[in-house]
Amino acid sequence: MSLTTPQTSMTRRRLLTETARTVCGVSLVGLGLGFYTHNARSLPATSLRPPGALEESRFLAACIRCGLCVRDCPYDILKLADVVDQAATGTPFFQARKAPCEMCEDIPCVAACPTKALDKSLTNIDHSRMGLAVLIDHETCLNFQGLRCDVCHRICPLINEAITLEPQHNKRSGKHALFIPVVHSDKCTGCGKCERACVLEEAAIKVLPINLAKGELGQHYRWGWKEKEKAGKSLVTPDTQHQYNLPKGLQYDHAGDGLKKDQL
Amino acid sequence: MITLLKSTVTTSGRSRLQRHKWLLIRRLTQLSIFTLFLLGPLADIWIIKGNLSASLTLELLPLTDPYILVQSLFAGQTLTAVAISGALIISIFYILVGGRVYCSWVCPINIATDCASWLRKKLLIKSNSLFPRNTRYWLLGLTFLMALFTGTLSWELINPVSLVQRGIIYGLWTSAFIMLAIFLFDLLISRDAWCGHICPVGAFYSLFARFGILRVSAYNRNQCDDCMDCFVICPEEQVIKPALLGAEKNISPVILGINCTNCGRCIDVCDKNVFKFSNRFTHTTTSNDFPNRGSSQ
Repeated sequence: MSLTTPQTSMTRRRLLTETARTVCGVSLVGLGLGFYTHNARSLPATSLRPPGALEESRFLAACIRCGLCVRDCPYDILKLADVVDQAATGTPFFQARKAPCEMCEDIPCVAACPTKALDKSLTNIDHSRMGLAVLIDHETCLNFQGLRCDVCHRICPLINEAITLEPQHNKRSGKHALFIPVVHSDKCTGCGKCERACVLEEAAIKVLPINLAKGELGQHYRWGWKEKEKAGKSLVTPDTQHQYNLPKGLQYDHAGDGLKKDQL
Repeated sequence: MITLLKSTVTTSGRSRLQRHKWLLIRRLTQLSIFTLFLLGPLADIWIIKGNLSASLTLELLPLTDPYILVQSLFAGQTLTAVAISGALIISIFYILVGGRVYCSWVCPINIATDCASWLRKKLLIKSNSLFPRNTRYWLLGLTFLMALFTGTLSWELINPVSLVQRGIIYGLWTSAFIMLAIFLFDLLISRDAWCGHICPVGAFYSLFARFGILRVSAYNRNQCDDCMDCFVICPEEQVIKPALLGAEKNISPVILGINCTNCGRCIDVCDKNVFKFSNRFTHTTTSNDFPNRGSSQ
């Protein structure tokens, strides 16, 4: 092999350099794109996915950005994200304060989806979990001031299930009651009608992504009273009669005098 | 105006319309496709819904972009029957008409890059391309790797092709800026950069052309007078050479290069009618190759 002739080695050198240059350039694009992708994965709290949407990271792999759900939404509440929107480019979302989900019974957006991004196993719109309503601001919510606004409660498609009014003592007036709107996560679909309807300039109740709205107990954590009820008795060893282990000549009177020296 | 008039007069006496026949048909096709998509939202006539990533025609025919579906597969998603059948229909179609027909007959960015290429010649901008032609295949590989490692359709966050087509159909205004950016890049920074060197969507569709049936053939190559018009107009001029000049080496006159976009501009500009649309199985030429060239030497 006469690879050392100047002609061949120059060609080979050029080929290697050019390939290295291309690979390097393309890798740099990949690096930048990787960082951008990482950031783009976090859905802003005000953008909600259509009903039946997979969990966000899987949704971003499954949604092919065709917008068929947008086209089939009879109320035109769904939008496709533009590059400048915070939701991942081309994916469908809605903003509850602008236009909430109208909870169509036939769920046309899910039916339209050609991929698994919107889960076809969702057949009852009441089972959808687009987010979770949270009464964020107790200071401006009119019901917290003792007024009977109740708008979020009354507009709720699952009135008295997803949002209930819980009476509390009104300390300010000393009479009447506060009717506190309470959201129940086992029923709330996250449709956003309450956020849309809130009469304040800025809604006191907002629909948030469930991971933001919900706390989560540690796997090991148990409520004592529930376990007691389940078992029919306390699972903790009952307290034995307490005994003080004091040096000779000392006693402890728990109810009265405290530490006492024996009278000699 | 003078230049326009000048260009209407050609040596062979072919009219301006004849010299732009396939270009006009192509532009009409591109515009018709987007008109069909826009009839729904603008005039409430729902012939096609969706966009080029996936669509539904007459509530019956599903079409899916196989490229985005393969990315989704790399990102770890299982596919639905609807999506797969839509992608199969598209794949078969592009095998029939030649893979990169997508680029020159459908993709809206083609209009911007063709304009840039045309203006470049008018303004005598001479800079070369900054990228090797195979950059697109490296990028194509990268888009799959990105989907694999990020678990999302990473490339689709910035893919100008899908951004622009979606932008036009769904009225997202930033697509105009992306189109402008690609136009200026092609015009001033690097020749035929986007469509001819970088775009991984084109690279993906070029893979169909390996089996593409509809091909341009230099069937009349014996008439070629080496005017170079086809090489100047062609955005992928490397594909012409073997077919046009390969007679001595017994190479087929059919342009088999997978990056030929079947745009037909070579057919338009050639005053000697060297080129025509043909298929990959027809290797015949008109009798005795290159009498012109032989006699001129």
